[in-house]
Amino acid sequence: MPQSGNPGTAQAPLLSMRGISKAFPGVCANDAVDLDLYPSELHALLGENGAGKSTLMKILYGFYRADSGSLTLNGRPIRIKSPADARQYQIGMVFQDFNLIPAFTVTENIALFLPDLKAVLHPEEIRRRIADVSARYDLQVDPDALVAQLSIGEQQKVEILKLLLSNARLLILDEPTRVLAPHEIKALYMVLDNLRKDGYAIVLITHKLKEVLESADRISVLRRGRLAGTLLRCEATEQKLIAMMFDKALTGLTRPDGNGPGTDQSPVLRLENVDTHGQGAVVRLQAVCLDIYPGEIVGIAGVSGNGQKELGDLVLGLEKCVRGRKELFGQDATHWSIGQMRRNGVAFIPESPLQMAVTPWLPVLENMALTRTRRYARWRGLWMDWKAVQADARSAFDRCGFAAPSLFVQARSLSGGNLQRMTISRELAFGPKLIVASYITRGLDVQSALAARQALLNARQAGAGILFISEDLEELFTLSDRLLVLFGGRIVGEFRPAETDFYSIGHLMTGSKASYDQRR
Amino acid sequence: MTLLALLGVISSAIYSGTSLLYTTLGEVIDERSGIVNLGLEGVLLVSAALGFAVTKQTGNPYAGILAAILAGGGMNLVLGYLVITRQANQLASGLALMFFGYGLSALIGNSYVGAKINPLPRYVLPGLSNLPLAYASLFKFDFLIILAVPMAFLVWWLLFRTRWGLGVRAVGENADTAFASGRNPQRIRYQALFVGGLLAGLGAAHLAIAYTMDWSEYMTAGRGFIAVALVIFSKWDPLRAIAGALLFSAAVAFQLLLQSAGVQVSPFLLNTIPYVLTILVLIAWGGHRNQSAPASLGRIYRGTE
Amino acid sequence: MTSGADSPPRSDFFRASLLPTITRYLATILLAFVLFGIILWLSGRNPFESYQHIFQSALGSSYGFSEVLVAMTPMLITAVAVAFPARVGLINVGVEGQLYMGALFATWGALTFPGLPAWILLPSMVGLGVLGGALWAFIPGYLKSIGLVNETITSLLLNSVAPSIVSFFVFGFWHAPRDTNITANFVPAGRLPTFFGTRIDLSFLIALGLLVVFWLFMKYTRWGLEMRAIGGNPPAARRNGIPLQLYLVVTMAIGGGVAGLAGTAQVSGYYGLLLSNFSNGLGFMGFLISWLAAGDPLGIFLIAFVVAVITTGGNLLQLTQGLPYAVINILLAFTLFIVLARPNFLSREKRS
Repeated sequence: MPQSGNPGTAQAPLLSMRGISKAFPGVCANDAVDLDLYPSELHALLGENGAGKSTLMKILYGFYRADSGSLTLNGRPIRIKSPADARQYQIGMVFQDFNLIPAFTVTENIALFLPDLKAVLHPEEIRRRIADVSARYDLQVDPDALVAQLSIGEQQKVEILKLLLSNARLLILDEPTRVLAPHEIKALYMVLDNLRKDGYAIVLITHKLKEVLESADRISVLRRGRLAGTLLRCEATEQKLIAMMFDKALTGLTRPDGNGPGTDQSPVLRLENVDTHGQGAVVRLQAVCLDIYPGEIVGIAGVSGNGQKELGDLVLGLEKCVRGRKELFGQDATHWSIGQMRRNGVAFIPESPLQMAVTPWLPVLENMALTRTRRYARWRGLWMDWKAVQADARSAFDRCGFAAPSLFVQARSLSGGNLQRMTISRELAFGPKLIVASYITRGLDVQSALAARQALLNARQAGAGILFISEDLEELFTLSDRLLVLFGGRIVGEFRPAETDFYSIGHLMTGSKASYDQRR
Repeated sequence: MTLLALLGVISSAIYSGTSLLYTTLGEVIDERSGIVNLGLEGVLLVSAALGFAVTKQTGNPYAGILAAILAGGGMNLVLGYLVITRQANQLASGLALMFFGYGLSALIGNSYVGAKINPLPRYVLPGLSNLPLAYASLFKFDFLIILAVPMAFLVWWLLFRTRWGLGVRAVGENADTAFASGRNPQRIRYQALFVGGLLAGLGAAHLAIAYTMDWSEYMTAGRGFIAVALVIFSKWDPLRAIAGALLFSAAVAFQLLLQSAGVQVSPFLLNTIPYVLTILVLIAWGGHRNQSAPASLGRIYRGTE
Repeated sequence: MTSGADSPPRSDFFRASLLPTITRYLATILLAFVLFGIILWLSGRNPFESYQHIFQSALGSSYGFSEVLVAMTPMLITAVAVAFPARVGLINVGVEGQLYMGALFATWGALTFPGLPAWILLPSMVGLGVLGGALWAFIPGYLKSIGLVNETITSLLLNSVAPSIVSFFVFGFWHAPRDTNITANFVPAGRLPTFFGTRIDLSFLIALGLLVVFWLFMKYTRWGLEMRAIGGNPPAARRNGIPLQLYLVVTMAIGGGVAGLAGTAQVSGYYGLLLSNFSNGLGFMGFLISWLAAGDPLGIFLIAFVVAVITTGGNLLQLTQGLPYAVINILLAFTLFIVLARPNFLSREKRS
């Protein structure tokens, strides 16, 4: 395993981790990991989902305690037992889902994390300090705004301000660019670059190779809890990094012939000028026109929070059409409930099945019956025919090519990947004509994600129309027959993947290009 | 209906509303930290019983008030132990505390039923002493009444202008975030419960020692539940609680006013006004209510979702 | 932190082993008795004597035992009134109010139609009682289902409204000639029949029947499955096509109806008239019993039995030890505290 120090630098590391191990019941998250963090350096921590990157950094921030291993700060051994300790050692962390309180203002959120906050608050003084640091690093935010009203990018700025104002010298950012559009990512890296020049040590947890190769000084790769290696940027190539991240070659997707369905058939789904009613945190969809034909995958690209969830819910019947018309196989389905949609052949594969598709403590068998309870009811509902459910479940798994899990364990004991397989089997079991697939590979390991995508392609082959919502541009480009971009509740672009590229889509995703006029 | 009668209603509302205000302020602090105390009724009863007993035994009402305050803090700590340290269900623990309060207060107060104590000294507010006697006597208040509104302001300042209050509110919104800021959510919740309990005890003290000046079982007559409703009605804001407490207490006094105007309204129906009002207000706010309640409290009210 | 919607009702794990479960219950009660005994001793009474009296009166004679069953009946019914909506995640703290409204409606029937024969009057009263309770529970259920207010707050508030309404009617229109806080006695046709010269009436059998039906319903029917799906994960159930709002309203109304049944049983069977403030926390007791039993019918039965023994025996304390009846609440509270505090000797599984 290649290990290199910083050539030509006699600098000692700011912080060293040695032999850090941490196990949770059933899984070894970190296994004897060594890591050195230097000031004025951006250190990327790479690895696939579940490699142990977040865990390692949460140990550093005091959220978890390592089972074994040691930490040294500037050469002196230290112990971190809680976030309070970490903050004392000037370590700060921005989590993936932010540690902000939506009901508080920006000032209050920052004040909460100030180490020298006085017993009686002086809001004016705090605002002044915020203004100073904001100006210095181009992190402008309105201090009196409620965090609930800020965009994700602005919230991230608040998080970084929090770190800077609490005197952190070592900054840890966990997947900071996951929900940002390409030009926002550029802006973030500029901020990080300025911080780096001022002597901050920065750790970036990410799985995005291209960003890392452009911006990181030092790259460490974790694989299944172990350190696979640390490289300097000058030594690192995409090939080397991928080899370190995975231990077997990725099996590619088998994509059947490129052309989409025949558009001479009538669409499975048609949305005509549909508006929805948005209130509060719900995005309002406007003038949405969308057709999905049998045997095609229509991808929806967009930054999270621009209406994707609402679009999926609209198609399913959970979100009402305030204006416009929705047709399913030519029938007017504008006011159908989700029960009706499902009974007419619509299926739904969500992200995080544990939260959105499954009742965790019921056994797998009962979960498989949930979408079609009427089918299995006997004596008008007084009794359920579980044998029939079992038979159907097994054939559903077969048809998707998955190994059937035990039917009698609680659903929540299945891994994320197996849960998604179970959900997909259930949803595809009766040959649905329209599938809404929403972020289906989020949080999955590589094999499970591949299996999920393959299942979609098979369904496409079988003639289903698929609405494919995803945040992964690569996935969207690979799988979609047509690609639509959603911004601010409107469709702002429609392309064939071959005709466009990431940056064009990215700019549409943030509305920075002129909006596309979607007249038909 | 004369001015005197109207002022009489207001005066009566102030007298009976003082204990409600203190109790509500205490519950506001608790709920801001994310804990609902359904056992408030029991807390009030125990504080009232102990306060009354000590006053009778020592002849010193101030000792009684102190005892009541501490009893309130103590009872809330019991809730705290169950809900914070043992992570028990808040609603069930609160109700268990209520039963405990019923029983313990009956035990303490048993030998004091029918006993009499001396009233607290009452003062006329400066500037009002020139009024004719009939009016002035309506506005002679004991020191607890006089302190009530300033206390509301103090609680507001505590919650919104101090570091401690920021921490309490943060814990009530999102304990994980508060933890990430280096705070100890459990310790903060204990503190909030204790302070809230002290205030509840103060409310009970006023009820037993200054207002009714006697003891009987179940004498708090639902004030604990009214306070919980009032906290919602005031949107967890100590300043709004002032108006709310006045409004809710006025309902009963209102009955006398109506009677003097020749309108016979059943006192029972009037008793329902505070609750019906709160329900109507909740409906009127609609889904936006969710934005006023401390976030982690909402989960309790929604039922562990 | 919260006992989440994704933890099963503890019933599954109770079922797994009956003997340890009963042992666990007994240990809890023993500890509670010890603590209460200390309180008794501190206040100058003899704990051993007190307990002896309690058990003798409750379990020593057949009449005493019958009194236990009488006390147990409303607790069983109110516990089901809480447990049924709890399966879809509804917290029905409003049983107290629903109880009163059921009693009110049933009383109206009894007082308005004194001439009807029992076989018409009684079922009508039951029907009215169920209707009253269901209506009272419909309000919070409906408001919850349209996402406006949650049912805990509304049902709690309505709890305080119902007794006032009952008092209004009793004092205002229905009061007996000489007493203003009770109504006239119901005609014999309006009273539930009793058995063996005790005060056990038909409602005991109804209560048992309810428990059995509840258990069968949840385990075998399609609706029971859908309810369990909702209770375990409401948003997922909705996405799976289960009509969430309908279930919320209907289960809450059914819960209220059952509570109304309990109220009817109280006025028709136990009292024979409507008494203002007749419920001494029966609704809350039902909530706690259901909660302690995690909504499991068998658990409800066992726990209600124990609580009934305690409250029945407690009546005697008043006479023999000069303690107000309310003191028995301390013993109940201790039992609850112990279960809530979940000390290690009680729990088999660690909860994080």
